[in-house]
Amino acid sequence: MASGEFTVQDLKRILHEAAGESDGADVDVGTMDTEFIELGYESLALLETGSRIEREFGITLDDSTLFDSPTPRALIEAVNAQLTVQEAS
Amino acid sequence: MTSRAVVTGIGVVSPNGFGAEDYWTATCGGKSGIGRITRFDPQRYPARLAGEVSGFSAEDHLPSRLIPQTDRMTQLALVGADHALADAGVSTGDLPEFGMGVVTASSCGGFEFGQGELQNLWSKGGQYVSAYQSFAWFYAVNTGQISIRNGMRGPSGVLVSDQAGGLDAIAQARRLIRKGSDLILSGGVDASICPWGWVAQLAGGRLSTSEQPDRAYLPFDTDAAGHVPGEGGALLIIEDAEAARRRGVTRVYGEIRGYGSTFDPRPGSGREPALRKAIEIALDDAGLSPGEIDVVFADAAAVPELDRVEATAITEVFGRRGVPVTAPKTMTGRLGSGAAPLDVAAAFLAMRTGVIPPTANVTLSPEYDLDLVTTLPRRASVNAAVVLARGHGGFNSAVVLRSTD
Amino acid sequence: MTGRRVVITGIGVLAPGGIGVKNFWSLLSEGRTSTREITFFDPSPFRSRVAAEADFDPWEHGLGPQEIRRMDRAAQFAVVAAREAMADSGLDLDDVAPHRAGVTVGSAVGATMGLDREYRVVSDGGRLDLVDHEYAVPHLYDYFVPSSFAAEVAWSAGTEGPATVVSTGCTSGLDSVGYAVELIRDGTADVMIAGATDAPISPITVACFDAIKATTPRNDDPEHASRPFDRTRNGFVLGEGAAMFVLEELESARRRGAHLYAEIAGYASRCNAFHMTGLRPDGREMAEAIRAALDEARADPEDVDYINAHGSGTKQNDRHETAAFKRSLGEHARRTPVSSIKSMVGHSLGAIGSIEIAASVLAMENNVVPPTANLHVPDPECDLDYVPLTARDWRTDTVLTVGSGFGGFQSAMVLTRPERNPA
Repeated sequence: MASGEFTVQDLKRILHEAAGESDGADVDVGTMDTEFIELGYESLALLETGSRIEREFGITLDDSTLFDSPTPRALIEAVNAQLTVQEAS
Repeated sequence: MTSRAVVTGIGVVSPNGFGAEDYWTATCGGKSGIGRITRFDPQRYPARLAGEVSGFSAEDHLPSRLIPQTDRMTQLALVGADHALADAGVSTGDLPEFGMGVVTASSCGGFEFGQGELQNLWSKGGQYVSAYQSFAWFYAVNTGQISIRNGMRGPSGVLVSDQAGGLDAIAQARRLIRKGSDLILSGGVDASICPWGWVAQLAGGRLSTSEQPDRAYLPFDTDAAGHVPGEGGALLIIEDAEAARRRGVTRVYGEIRGYGSTFDPRPGSGREPALRKAIEIALDDAGLSPGEIDVVFADAAAVPELDRVEATAITEVFGRRGVPVTAPKTMTGRLGSGAAPLDVAAAFLAMRTGVIPPTANVTLSPEYDLDLVTTLPRRASVNAAVVLARGHGGFNSAVVLRSTD
Repeated sequence: MTGRRVVITGIGVLAPGGIGVKNFWSLLSEGRTSTREITFFDPSPFRSRVAAEADFDPWEHGLGPQEIRRMDRAAQFAVVAAREAMADSGLDLDDVAPHRAGVTVGSAVGATMGLDREYRVVSDGGRLDLVDHEYAVPHLYDYFVPSSFAAEVAWSAGTEGPATVVSTGCTSGLDSVGYAVELIRDGTADVMIAGATDAPISPITVACFDAIKATTPRNDDPEHASRPFDRTRNGFVLGEGAAMFVLEELESARRRGAHLYAEIAGYASRCNAFHMTGLRPDGREMAEAIRAALDEARADPEDVDYINAHGSGTKQNDRHETAAFKRSLGEHARRTPVSSIKSMVGHSLGAIGSIEIAASVLAMENNVVPPTANLHVPDPECDLDYVPLTARDWRTDTVLTVGSGFGGFQSAMVLTRPERNPA
């Protein structure tokens, strides 16, 4: 199980495993605020990605987390917030 | 006046040829795609041969985004659909979206994907099951994915009648064209050469246990002892003849002219098997007499009892040695719902090239009065063909194809 | 064979809480629900632990020991429902040429229960990659190819005409009947035993819908978990069951004095070509299917007395569907009662379309519109008349029933009272 911080590189790797590479701009530091849908990833891709993040990082994301995190930055922050909560408990 | 359904494009993904041209060259040359299974180690199973589409890598043909969410059968089907559309010169973006539909057959769905997710479920737990499991294995997936990839929004469908389903789908395509659709992409592609699919097929009790690729699948032969399964199939572009002409198509492969479908009486009823009736209905529907048929593509079960039923039906309809009969699937194995569409493709290629492909490796049993084309391809003028397909349990379907020249 | 019309002359239903047509209609007309905590297996590891299960005993319904051993639960459902439909129709198949009578069975997920159970054994609980054929049951092939469902019904009834399974995800139940109608209209058959079945309540199905959060997590209130069109809805409740019909060509059905439940006057299907599981909010393709079905029935939007909705209870579906009704029926959508029986019997995937046809026909038969149970909190995005909680007396001559499924399938069927347009 991975631990510590969830980075943009983690997101990129898991997204590619879960949903393949998109034709458009890739997830990277330059696209942190671009919406997933514009990057070519819709809700199904994010559900699969979310489930892989949960398994790899040993966290549970609320149902609303994925829908409330339309950009890589928002999702990374949400995952890290969850990681902090779980490490504290 | 009813509209005519003509075939304007063919896409083939077959164990002995990737693309229609490769397939046809191989098939007329007697080149087989059957060999020892490479997709898993078959040593522990009593049957070890299959027709695999070797060298296929989905990444070379499809967007990366589609790969994680698709079973191999869907990857093959998407590529077959691309080939068929290209062959027909169709650019789907240029045609009315509700005028185009997709009707495919499936026999068993995406079993390999299903095995992976069942394994995740039972070895690791429900939270390891993929978000794509909700559709990637199911029977409707090829139609759904082809329609999405190509923006085809018209009447569509999916039929499941084991091997006979491939013809039922093509007949349904014709029905939709008669009801007003301009273009239906139809056919079938199956691929279940994975351990779980293999065990399921072994349970069917009809797999050949021979280890010699040229002796394993011998329909109508004294040594017939079951079949070899394969993967792949064919997809066809079927169009309303008038609509095809309007978009500038000048050469078509031919017409879907007739269809008949029956189901065998329940076991033990003592009634005659219904295959002959399916052929008669199809001929009647086509308005052709048996004498006008130039070749029959047989279902070719290679189970002696089933071969006998088929040989009898053909003989009763066409007379003793009354029509050339062939089974090129001896070079691919039986492809589930992909088998009959591939035979339909072969029949149109036979019309175009004037060659009937051979039934490889078979020596006709003296029991059957068939004009079976064996060993070498036969030069012949082919204007009308019958394709037969049967499914486990008693499904019988027949189509009649006719050249339009 | 132009002008051939198709009527329903026999009905068989096997639904959770309503096995047999009579019990099914009692459930619907009384607005009771059959959803509960899953009992078929331990649901505790799963996110959604609610389902509509049928208390079905195959012995009680006349299946023999070998039929029970051989058939997956979904096949058993189909055979039992087909027998009820045949008996109800009073049709003697000896009066029909064997190859003129056929079978279509819709199913989205085939023999899922059998496959899940057998996989677990041959893989030794998921341990073996190379699963062990020596532990396979002899009828595993029949689970492998769900066409066996059509074979079982054909054997049971003794038909020798076209037989097939129609599998278009969650519209299978509409598309199977629609396909059968086409076979009668175009002269391929005179009689079709048509409908659909599914028995998906198995760990693999529950897990796969968990993964996309499509099923409701409302585990603390199973009886009220299925809430189509309610603002608090949060996913569908998995169900199971079957409905089968006897379809006949109108004139020959009249000649033999059959009871004519309804004419299947129009049917159409479209694809959204958008997404395997997602829907575009504008409902365009479903609206297109509805318009085409009405056209075929030569009916105007104003003729529709009742809409039997897909109403699965997911956020996106109910919104999508509401948009489609408005788009296709215009102002008339606001005057028409709309209800979802999935609030009571759950969502049985491929079977539900046929079960909903049965509900539609029974609504016409009784001039009573079944309610949408559990609808307490209106949703501003779903602002039609969804017949909350209680059935309504309502003159019902024409029903529109629709379905929407994974793969992008959108289907619509128009049922009319046969007396209305005498031939």
